[in-house]
Amino acid sequence: MSDLKYTKSHEWVRDNGDGTFTVGITDHAQEQLGDLVFVETPEPGVQLNVGDACAVVESVKAASDVYAPVSGEVVTGNAALADTPELINQSAQEDGWLFTLKPADPAALTGLMSADEYAAYLALED
Amino acid sequence: MLQRTPIYSDHLAAGGKMVDFAGWDMPLHYGSQLEEHHQVRRDAGVFDVSHMTVVDLVGADARDYLRRLLANDVAKLKTPGKALYSCMLRPDGGVIDDLITYWLGGERYRVVVNAATHDKDLAWMQAQAAGFAVTLTERAELAMLAVQGPNARALAAGVLGGADAEAALALKPFTGVERGDRFVARTGYTGEDGFEIMLPATAASAFWRALLAAGVKPIGLGARDTLRLEAGMNLYGTDMDETISPLECGLNWTVAWEPVERVFIGREALEAQRAAGTARRFVGLVLEGRGVLRGHQRVQTPAGDGQTTSGTFSPTLGVAIALARLPAAAGDACEVDIRGKLHAARVVKPPFVRNGQGCL
Repeated sequence: MSDLKYTKSHEWVRDNGDGTFTVGITDHAQEQLGDLVFVETPEPGVQLNVGDACAVVESVKAASDVYAPVSGEVVTGNAALADTPELINQSAQEDGWLFTLKPADPAALTGLMSADEYAAYLALED
Repeated sequence: MLQRTPIYSDHLAAGGKMVDFAGWDMPLHYGSQLEEHHQVRRDAGVFDVSHMTVVDLVGADARDYLRRLLANDVAKLKTPGKALYSCMLRPDGGVIDDLITYWLGGERYRVVVNAATHDKDLAWMQAQAAGFAVTLTERAELAMLAVQGPNARALAAGVLGGADAEAALALKPFTGVERGDRFVARTGYTGEDGFEIMLPATAASAFWRALLAAGVKPIGLGARDTLRLEAGMNLYGTDMDETISPLECGLNWTVAWEPVERVFIGREALEAQRAAGTARRFVGLVLEGRGVLRGHQRVQTPAGDGQTTSGTFSPTLGVAIALARLPAAAGDACEVDIRGKLHAARVVKPPFVRNGQGCL
């Protein structure tokens, strides 16, 4: 997924090209968490600052916060996750997206990691 | 360096995701904790529980020693092989550990205690043995495999084979039988039927592989926890510990008050607590809405606050469940503080699942 940008806290962001970004957790993150059984996404209209805890993903074993990768206003949450949280296990970087937002700064993505940089970061973390 | 069980390499071969559990390098799961959970409820799974501690007690005073050491009474064990679940208490009634005792016949007993409490248990048991003609021997050379699920007995019997299979299939629940250097017991920790099999470490890997070849799937510690929680079974260290008496963690039934002459460690404290009435009661909780319950969340009731002791998402029921300690006067409804928000829950009597069927 070369068009995605990544955070150190294992979120990904995609620029949709229409003034909105889509946010999710990385495939690496879902694998670490294990089977997901509950997901809470932020409400539309909520203002997020970069680094805010803005969503919760819960696996059978633990709850984990998801942090806002950039500042902006939440547009919509992924409603499909309410009944099928396992979408994140099956397709973390496509169907298992968490929410979309309208970024405060459209250039905010430049500060995040590319796919290659994220892979190198994971290699270091292990 | 973490300790490894005799089938460590088999865990790796099965794709086990290994974690540090009480100093042991153990499988959390082999791919999907949820699938493993369902496998045990619907068919058969095998757990490596070789990290647990097996202690044999032999001697003329073995019975008297255990009658003093344990809150339950081994005098109830009237046929060899019979098992007894009990707490081992401090003088103030706090739970040092929960354990299973098997009477092997004559002056021989076998006790199985938790892995995480190994050192303190052995030190305590040894200290209490002073003055008794009893010898305690840790059987670290034994491995232990638990085969659980509706098809577990049939599949495990196929692997045991011959007269061993016959003896195993003849076992009543909560009894065991010695077969040469093996011990097979119809006990477990999942709310399903099955066996716990102790055998020499050198034979464990072959037995494990034979079980897998027979269609039994390997199950990790993750599913062991969701299964035991659905079965309403306490976990030492979270549902009970040295600050909690059996009367406050739903284990009243394991305390043998009769005969009154039997003086077990902690008896006096428990009697005082029973006379005064316990301030807290141990219950099950079911979350009314969506979300996941965890251990040690605040529970708000009209009679005051309590707390969950362990919680999870129940894969069998599809709802969040928990064990909890609430004020004795709490009613049937309460609210659980999940990450700062109150969520409605109802109080139920554990277990949540028994033999594959929901009990709610």
